[in-house]
Amino acid sequence: MKPGRKKQNPYLIAGMAMTGSAAGLGLLGAFWTPFGTTAMSAAERFQAPSLRHLFGTDNFGRDLFSRVMQGMGTTICISLLVVLFSAFFGILLGALTGYFGGVFDEAVMRVIDAVNGFPSILLALVMISLLGNGRQNLILSLGIVFTPSYVRIVRSEYVKLRDADYIMRARLMGVGKLRILFVHILPNVLPVLGVSLVIGLNNAILAESGMSYLGIGVQPPDASLGNMLSDAQGFLQSAPWYALIPGLAIVWIVLGFSLFGEGLRRLGE
Amino acid sequence: MRYLGKKLITLIMTLFLVSAAVFLAFQIIPGDVVTSILGTEATPEMEAKLREELGLTEPPVKQYFHWIGGILRGDLGVSYRYSRNMNEMMPVAELIGDKLPVTLWLAAFSFVLILLISLPLGVIWAKSANPALDAVLGVLTQASMAIPSFFLGILVTYLFGIVLHFFVPGGYVSYEKDFPAFLGYLFFPALSVAIPKIAMTARFLRNSMLTQMGADYVRTAYGKGCTRRRVMYGHVLRNALMPVVTFLGMIVAEIVAGSIVIEQVFGLPGIGRLLVSSVNNRDFPVVEILILYITFVVILVYFLVDILYRVIDPRISEK
Amino acid sequence: MKKKLCGLLLTALLTMAVLGGCSDGTGESSGDNSSAEPAYGGSVVVGIQQDIDSLDPHLATAAGTKEILFNIFEGLVKSDEKGNLIGAVASDYTISEDYLVYTFTLRDNVKFHNGDPVTAEDVKYSLERASGLLDGTALISALSPEKGGITGVEILDDKTVQVTVGSANTELIYSFVAAIIPAGSGEEEGADPIGTGPFSFVSYTPQEEIVVKKNPDYWQEGLPYLDQVTFKITGSAQTALMEMQGGSIDIYPYLTDSQAQALAGGETHQVLTSPSNVVQALFLNNAVEPLDNVLVRQAILYAIDKEEVNVFVGGGSGSLIGSAMLPSLTDYYVDLNDEYGNNANVEKAKELLAEAGYGDGFDLVIDIPSNYEFHMQTGEVVVEQLKAVGINASIHPVDWDTWLEDIYNGRQYTATISGITCDQTPGYLLNRFQTDSPKNFINYSNEEYDRIFVEAQKEQDPVKKAEYYKQLQKLLTDDAATAFLQVPGNMTALSNRLAGYRFYPVYVQDLSTVYLVE
Repeated sequence: MKPGRKKQNPYLIAGMAMTGSAAGLGLLGAFWTPFGTTAMSAAERFQAPSLRHLFGTDNFGRDLFSRVMQGMGTTICISLLVVLFSAFFGILLGALTGYFGGVFDEAVMRVIDAVNGFPSILLALVMISLLGNGRQNLILSLGIVFTPSYVRIVRSEYVKLRDADYIMRARLMGVGKLRILFVHILPNVLPVLGVSLVIGLNNAILAESGMSYLGIGVQPPDASLGNMLSDAQGFLQSAPWYALIPGLAIVWIVLGFSLFGEGLRRLGE
Repeated sequence: MRYLGKKLITLIMTLFLVSAAVFLAFQIIPGDVVTSILGTEATPEMEAKLREELGLTEPPVKQYFHWIGGILRGDLGVSYRYSRNMNEMMPVAELIGDKLPVTLWLAAFSFVLILLISLPLGVIWAKSANPALDAVLGVLTQASMAIPSFFLGILVTYLFGIVLHFFVPGGYVSYEKDFPAFLGYLFFPALSVAIPKIAMTARFLRNSMLTQMGADYVRTAYGKGCTRRRVMYGHVLRNALMPVVTFLGMIVAEIVAGSIVIEQVFGLPGIGRLLVSSVNNRDFPVVEILILYITFVVILVYFLVDILYRVIDPRISEK
Repeated sequence: MKKKLCGLLLTALLTMAVLGGCSDGTGESSGDNSSAEPAYGGSVVVGIQQDIDSLDPHLATAAGTKEILFNIFEGLVKSDEKGNLIGAVASDYTISEDYLVYTFTLRDNVKFHNGDPVTAEDVKYSLERASGLLDGTALISALSPEKGGITGVEILDDKTVQVTVGSANTELIYSFVAAIIPAGSGEEEGADPIGTGPFSFVSYTPQEEIVVKKNPDYWQEGLPYLDQVTFKITGSAQTALMEMQGGSIDIYPYLTDSQAQALAGGETHQVLTSPSNVVQALFLNNAVEPLDNVLVRQAILYAIDKEEVNVFVGGGSGSLIGSAMLPSLTDYYVDLNDEYGNNANVEKAKELLAEAGYGDGFDLVIDIPSNYEFHMQTGEVVVEQLKAVGINASIHPVDWDTWLEDIYNGRQYTATISGITCDQTPGYLLNRFQTDSPKNFINYSNEEYDRIFVEAQKEQDPVKKAEYYKQLQKLLTDDAATAFLQVPGNMTALSNRLAGYRFYPVYVQDLSTVYLVE
């Protein structure tokens, strides 16, 4: 690869710009929004986008720009927590099973095979039915659902690396198991994990918005892009922007993250 | 053959595991089904009688085998929510009987659309030397992959249903009444499920083909005087398809999940709505059976993909 | 239908009811097309928001089920669109002066859907099954002997049935809308319902639809017009709206204002409005902290802006109320809106909260049946209003069955938004607030209320009776028993190809008069 080309990574730049803007708006939305996310106004219901209301208003006269800000924040925040949760347990289980193998490995892998075969959103739905509704339970359910994919990735890396020369040497030198697991091997697993984290984030965003759309994720009056879309569906004809805007916001974030991931991958090459 | 046997055993083991896990999970849940069926005004005698009827007085392990045994004999248990008449709860089989086909047809239809569109698209894309086409397809597929299927469903409803009147939203026709009309109505939901997957598969096939086209054997083949056509379809495509088959197998679970969400957008009476409402109503026998069914379908597809893989590439079985 | 028009139905809950308000605003609102010539034949799809709970007319309790069964079953008497009782299976009836003996004369030529003529035996069986005389289990509690209902049914001749009841109750006749079914058919009604109504049952698919077809032998000449009606259980209010615009739902009752606006323009549907007979409220559980403190409840009442709720959710079509009585029952209604005001009084609410020791506010979870878009939207507005006074309210959507079980029957909740329906009798809305009423799901308890209620029931003089009822309303308001909001307007979407739709003052969907206009 020519040296000059490395700097030109349009994927990375576009991805960063899109995710950055979404995350920035979401973060800002946690502290300040132009109209407040739940402030209602009877006089301004179903306003089309204008200078005053950039994204228009909904059936309660709530400012959609403010709600999209909050919704983006909620969606990104939940997805991040889900990915962190599943990555943490993925690394833990993947490292232990991959490095030590044995019966424990076999058992975990069987369970993971079973879970993997099952559509993730359905599994999360069933978990929610066991745990009950609510934001924490949503994160927990999705976190558990996404854990197996990380266990797989991490495990296969550990299986590859456990017999590598430098690990053998470290073992001979009497380095403790924990140290080998998390100080010697883990850093070499992270690059592979990095890309899958971004992909995982995308899946988490799609799953969160899907569940909120079905009414089992974030509950009204809190805004989430999924539940806004579900509220808006009936007004497609009379107020198309109401559905289009939260929908496009989801697309914006997901597209941003996938470009970002693609950029990362190319950077790696 | 031995391989097949081994795979079959894994399949059965997995199903067994899932069923045990599902059964266990619903045992732990708080809440008493008997009070939830009878309401708060039931007498202790009524409760005891029902408990007996539902086999809830037995130890859990026995209940589990009783349940599994019933399923194997075709008895899926009874719903806690729906009753057939005064003294008889509705059998789960009856409840899901006419809903399951809707979801399965939808998923199958989506799958066919994915195959029909993504494979030619991927081949054309890989063969094309046109940078403009490449760029357009690149952007299009990237964007399609970022659209959640339910949003796509809403867009499709709006465009084709409300604006263009190509179909009547909610104008679902039962497959028992008019099968062609049923399939006709399924077209747009299936398309909504399929589009993101089409983008993924086309990209995947293209990349796979590009990798193969750069492989040594291709040069050798050309060197031996094979036509471009022969090289392309006889060698490159064949080899490039193998990872695609695996990939298609992997997205089956997502297609089923996508179908269940899309049902809500288009008002299809499939198992999606039944599942969501059974979850809400705590109608656990129904939830348990639905989960088992879906797992069974997905695992079965994995199994078939495995066999298909062997057919395309006999080398594997010799290993 | 069954159970008295209202009898204890929990019906109550139902969202806004369909029918027009009690008494005055009812009647025929058949829409603009009603001048067109009625045509026979055709089929329509009616969107309904909840699945039904039983096809057995004596077992069904939800108002949303009864409103559909109204088309399949009839009692000895039934309600007309003015709210008056008319003869149905009975052509005539007399009530003895002491209100203890009812004599019904059966109508000639009434046939069940299976072709059999209705006999006195069938009537006896139906009444005994409903009242519990048959096997000891009263299916309709207002008719049970323990509640002063039916103590004996006697067949005087082929066409005459005499019923004796346990106590004098001028309102008991409303309970004789209980369905008449073929003798001995009780076991099968849930799977294969057979009645005498204008439509006969065809099929039921859980979570999908109930299909009924024209009863060609119906005793009312010329009715019904339609050949087939499908009651389609819609997945959500949002998809229902899409289906209306797409043309696959013809009639859809209980729209919210936003939905009505989305249909504005009238390209596919016209929206008809009539007062409902539902009292919508933010119900407060008087037995749960901190709502057991009257100051806190009063603070909530001051915090709520009923006018805003009405405008946002109902487009201003509702009537604001301060207690549990329909304004349309003019003789008994007393306007108590001024006590806490129609608009929010944030200062006063905060003051009361501080006095009660909740100056820093508190968390309040409001359970709402999620299938009712109207209540859900009300919740969103109310939550905002409560936040303004420092009460950190949140919405917890619950499924309808869960609502019935845990909240209405189990009383495991703090606050909930829902509606209670009523019949034409003024006592109906008030009797649930007696301390020991099984319907008293807000756990209201006031000895004076219980005492006055008993007095009111005994009182025969209408003026004095009304006075008692007014006192009861005042007590509920003074104690801030619950945050009564409004009697919502019932907005119903009717396809432009239909006419003849009638609003009733009770909770029913009568499809027999609906016809296609060509």
